[in-house]
Amino acid sequence: MMTNPTGKITQGQFSFLPELTDAEIRLQIDYGLGKSYAWSIEYTDDPHPRNTYWEMFGMPMFDLQDAAGVMMELASCRKTFPGHYIRLMAFDSTRNVESIVMSFIVNRPEHEPGFGLLRQEVGGRSMRYTVHGYASDKPEGSRY
Amino acid sequence: MNSSATDIHNEATDITGNAKKRYTAGVLKYRQMGYWQPDYEPVATDTICLFRITPQEGVDPVEAAAAVAGESSTATWTVVWTDRLTACDSYRAKAYKVEPVPGIPGQYFAWVAYDIILFEEGSIANITASLIGNVFSFKPLKAARLEDIRMPVALIKTFKGPPTGLVVERERLDKFGRPLLGATTKPKLGLSGRNYGRVIYEGLKGGLDFMKDDENINSQPFMHWRDRFLYVMDAVNKASAATGEVKGSYLNVTGATMEDIYERAEFAKELGSVVIMLDLVIGWSAIQSMANWARKHDMIVHMHRAGHGTYTRQKNHGVSFRVMAKWLRLAGVDHLHTGTAVGKLEGDPMTVQGYYNVCRDSYTKQDLPRGLFFDQDWADMKKVMPVASGGIHAGQMHQLIDLFGDDVILQFGGGTIGHPAGIQAGAVANRVALECIVKARNEGRDIKNEGPEILQKAAQSCTPLKQALDTWKDVSFNYASTDTSDFATTPSVA
Repeated sequence: MMTNPTGKITQGQFSFLPELTDAEIRLQIDYGLGKSYAWSIEYTDDPHPRNTYWEMFGMPMFDLQDAAGVMMELASCRKTFPGHYIRLMAFDSTRNVESIVMSFIVNRPEHEPGFGLLRQEVGGRSMRYTVHGYASDKPEGSRY
Repeated sequence: MNSSATDIHNEATDITGNAKKRYTAGVLKYRQMGYWQPDYEPVATDTICLFRITPQEGVDPVEAAAAVAGESSTATWTVVWTDRLTACDSYRAKAYKVEPVPGIPGQYFAWVAYDIILFEEGSIANITASLIGNVFSFKPLKAARLEDIRMPVALIKTFKGPPTGLVVERERLDKFGRPLLGATTKPKLGLSGRNYGRVIYEGLKGGLDFMKDDENINSQPFMHWRDRFLYVMDAVNKASAATGEVKGSYLNVTGATMEDIYERAEFAKELGSVVIMLDLVIGWSAIQSMANWARKHDMIVHMHRAGHGTYTRQKNHGVSFRVMAKWLRLAGVDHLHTGTAVGKLEGDPMTVQGYYNVCRDSYTKQDLPRGLFFDQDWADMKKVMPVASGGIHAGQMHQLIDLFGDDVILQFGGGTIGHPAGIQAGAVANRVALECIVKARNEGRDIKNEGPEILQKAAQSCTPLKQALDTWKDVSFNYASTDTSDFATTPSVA
């Protein structure tokens, strides 16, 4: 159990709110589709804050117009990786943006042990800091 | 001076076509010397300035406009023959239009065009030395204000702009689709390094993305800068581990000399900070130097506009903040304080939105009610993340997101640290307020009108938010702004 006020990892747009229901997730997908974003599903069992590249559950759904399609993919991802972190990401290809414009977590492991902070004393009073996931010492796939 | 020369000097029109007349020794009117060219059509490589001028009693507005063009380019008070050694037509700025300011007797808008040869490549110091140099002390004008500027793509491309830019900043921080949240550590003065770090830790662990040094926190007797940096970075890393998020705290590296500034920035980098902070008062050349440093070290630059109110606030004299924002985007900052519209500091909502557009647009369109007089092509220059800071609280979240959208940092200093249940609770209140309003907006709700209801609903399952809403429910700063558009009555925020 993490000690921050939510008790969980707070990445993404909505981690401080109650977990989104499927109906609520769908509304967010619709919002993105309305802006011509492409949705993508990613999962990981290494949610380190600097772990940029979660695994892609298929490619971004560029040509998809209907939120139902994304929800189907999400259901499939949840079934395959029930104990992983799963996030939805929206990509905007507009010139001068060309990046992710929405990102929120839609699946979490039952227990989130979180991270420890390793301090290495160096010269003077300086420290080198390492954020270390308690679960990440176990091999991939058996962390949660 | 003979009588015929006197006649020449009294002629009302441009006499640059007649070189003999133009260069007869003596004093000419500015409009005679080529600084007033009503038929001039600006070309794509010209810089165009719009000045608001208040001529002294009896001074003709056209002559005043020509004088502004003259004094901000080549003119001196008398004719000099050495002009004839130069391609002087190129160097003369050209006033080409003068109009009375609507509804304000005695004030005029003057449009002045500057050839691209007038400016050094990539130097804001050079541009400002011309455009807001001597001319602002010129006696025949009671007052002058640079309202807006259009810079040509050819000039824009000589600047590197923001070291990071808001798109890349989000990628580095892994934060998308919502405003970022920050808070300025309070009290501004007197905390020891250790006490200071406590505030940083509580705020970040509670849910903020950034904490911030204040503009006048440098290295005073109560807290040496190294002490602050060491404790702050311990707090930042501890909060990052506690939340699983990338966190940051703007370490203010402002110092007495460039050597001090570099030394402080280097230490911030060694400690692993993702961001440093500069105060505007360090000056243009120092800002551009630090932008270069930041590019080399993958650092985000937070710019606090300390001091700007001395020249941006009064409508009749100085430099509009929209011009400052344009120059700062070119000079190279990643964050810029641009006002809140609803908080404690100066700012009419539409005028403030104009500053935000200047920071974030790829192409800024003319928008008179927002104070934007010109189209501005930004030529793919990176975007600046605007910062709303000063006297705002969670109960205004819907207004802030409605006014400014997602690409903004909302900073609640008192609105976090002053929370009755503590700093973490203050941070939770702000983060929950933020997320519930973003979620509701994306769901299609009308946040401007339904905002208070959405916040109250979220507060039912979030005690810190309820406490925040109750504590600050009656706080607003509804004073008239001094710097407003001349072209539309602007709505106030209720």
